[in-house]
Amino acid sequence: MTALLKVDGISKRFRGLLAVDRLSFDVPEGGIFAVIGPNGAGKTTLFNMIAGVYVPDNGTISFAGNRIDGLASDRVCQRGIGRTFQIVRPFPALSVEDNVIVGALMRRHDVVEARAHAHEVLRRLDLYDKRAQRASSLTLPDRKRLEVARSLATDPKLLLLDEVMAGLRPTETDRIVSILKELNRDGLTILLIEHVMRAVMALAGRILVLHHGASIAEGAPADVVRDQAVIDSYLGAEDI
Amino acid sequence: MFSRLFENVSRRALVLLGVLLIGLFGAPLVASDYLLTVLILILYFAYIGQAWNIMMGFAGQLSLGHALYVGLGAYTAAALYVHFGIGPWLGLLAAVPIAALAGAFIGYLAFRFKVGGVYFAILTIAVAEFARVGFDHLTWTKGSGGLFLPVAQYAQSDLWLLRGKPVMFYYILLVAVVLAFVFCRALLQSRIGYFWLAIREDEEAARSAGIDTFRYKMIAVVISSGMTSFAGVIYAFYYNNLFPEQVFHISRSIEIILGPIVGGVGTLFGPIIGAFLLTGMSESLIAALHALGIDIPGAKQVFYGVCLLLVIMALPDGIWPWLSRRIGLSEREK
Repeated sequence: MTALLKVDGISKRFRGLLAVDRLSFDVPEGGIFAVIGPNGAGKTTLFNMIAGVYVPDNGTISFAGNRIDGLASDRVCQRGIGRTFQIVRPFPALSVEDNVIVGALMRRHDVVEARAHAHEVLRRLDLYDKRAQRASSLTLPDRKRLEVARSLATDPKLLLLDEVMAGLRPTETDRIVSILKELNRDGLTILLIEHVMRAVMALAGRILVLHHGASIAEGAPADVVRDQAVIDSYLGAEDI
Repeated sequence: MFSRLFENVSRRALVLLGVLLIGLFGAPLVASDYLLTVLILILYFAYIGQAWNIMMGFAGQLSLGHALYVGLGAYTAAALYVHFGIGPWLGLLAAVPIAALAGAFIGYLAFRFKVGGVYFAILTIAVAEFARVGFDHLTWTKGSGGLFLPVAQYAQSDLWLLRGKPVMFYYILLVAVVLAFVFCRALLQSRIGYFWLAIREDEEAARSAGIDTFRYKMIAVVISSGMTSFAGVIYAFYYNNLFPEQVFHISRSIEIILGPIVGGVGTLFGPIIGAFLLTGMSESLIAALHALGIDIPGAKQVFYGVCLLLVIMALPDGIWPWLSRRIGLSEREK
């Protein structure tokens, strides 16, 4: 498999804190790639560099063969990378449907066409029946799915998911896992940050473990969870 | 762009709109001269409120300096008429671009250097104040002494030169209000409208959804300032005199935004309802006080303050969202 996203030696420093330290990895096209690690390991900073919120101090990020580091977040999205936010940010006063239409309009100029596409996405994410509700009235699990929906509506090739399972009940987690698997089967590449190991183990084809901004392990899920460094720094000695 | 104007409009809403329009078009037939001047003022504020609402209500950019665009429009058209005899409709061809350029200038400075929220609002005040002081010293427009348009008694209204009776201005403003309303509805239903609302709601999330926020905020400022300058041209030819101290003053900018705030920011009817309520009620208040032989300077301002306070406390979204639910209409809810 070829790499859809190639991260090569990127670093990011916030004054005295080196949040991401010479990190390199490849996300294969069509794969599901998970980034795990303790709080403060630099996961969200990494995401924000890929999504165009921050510019890396060093290193390069390439998407589908083209450099994207330094591009603004709207341009990154236009290239085909969708994202969600760790702390959900739907457009609160807009209806669920309008939230997704905004995403759909990025590649569509006709509102009617965008609405049809939005409905399709809403159906996939079990939000179709709630399309007339205001986004601010949704429960947290629904808001998380709405974020995924809005992002999906932009027709990304790569979806960045920042802790979409956090705070969900196990049944809700399983539902999102199955939705993501289905999207992946249809060709969507997924890069996720996640603490919920149940979801990571069920989804990821490959895991990268981040600690103090650097990679301490990368590989297949079964190998990574047995890695001594990972157990010491993050997972702990308990069996999972 | 205008093909879906009547989408999701209930029959009830159409009937009410129709009645309202007929009422407004017929009003000069029965209204006294005094009432007509009040109605002109109402329509004037309804129109500018609608223009301001594009920036604040749709795109979420608070302008506290819209008097700038009114003033630029007014002065450009008036000066062209006084100096070169160029009529107001041709003057518009200069007035609208000049105001839009001023808007683009403020927008570019602010959005390029990420001046947002309160600081953006302060920038809009600053530029308007700058214009006020600048025009005080601009001899071409007669500085602080004021620019006067020649006035005569008109037997007949001259629509081309905007010389005539108040009723002519009433109809011009009424048409402008209707067109602005239709235009704003079409904008809201279009791609641009969705992007504006997204930016208003959460700019960073909007960017992440692929929206070039700089571009769409610029479009909002340019449309809003350009539209506002038309009201300035009408103002100049209606009042026939312009003083920088009055036209550009911050109290003018505040007056402009009170209507939409009271009526409902971001709604299409808000600016219209707000203008009717505020201007209508304050004028009746003053008329009533006069009739009683009481003359309190500043009574209007106090009244505006009380209205604003009541609305903010009781109906923070403005009157229209509440009213539309009460009369069984609802905007943009499916």
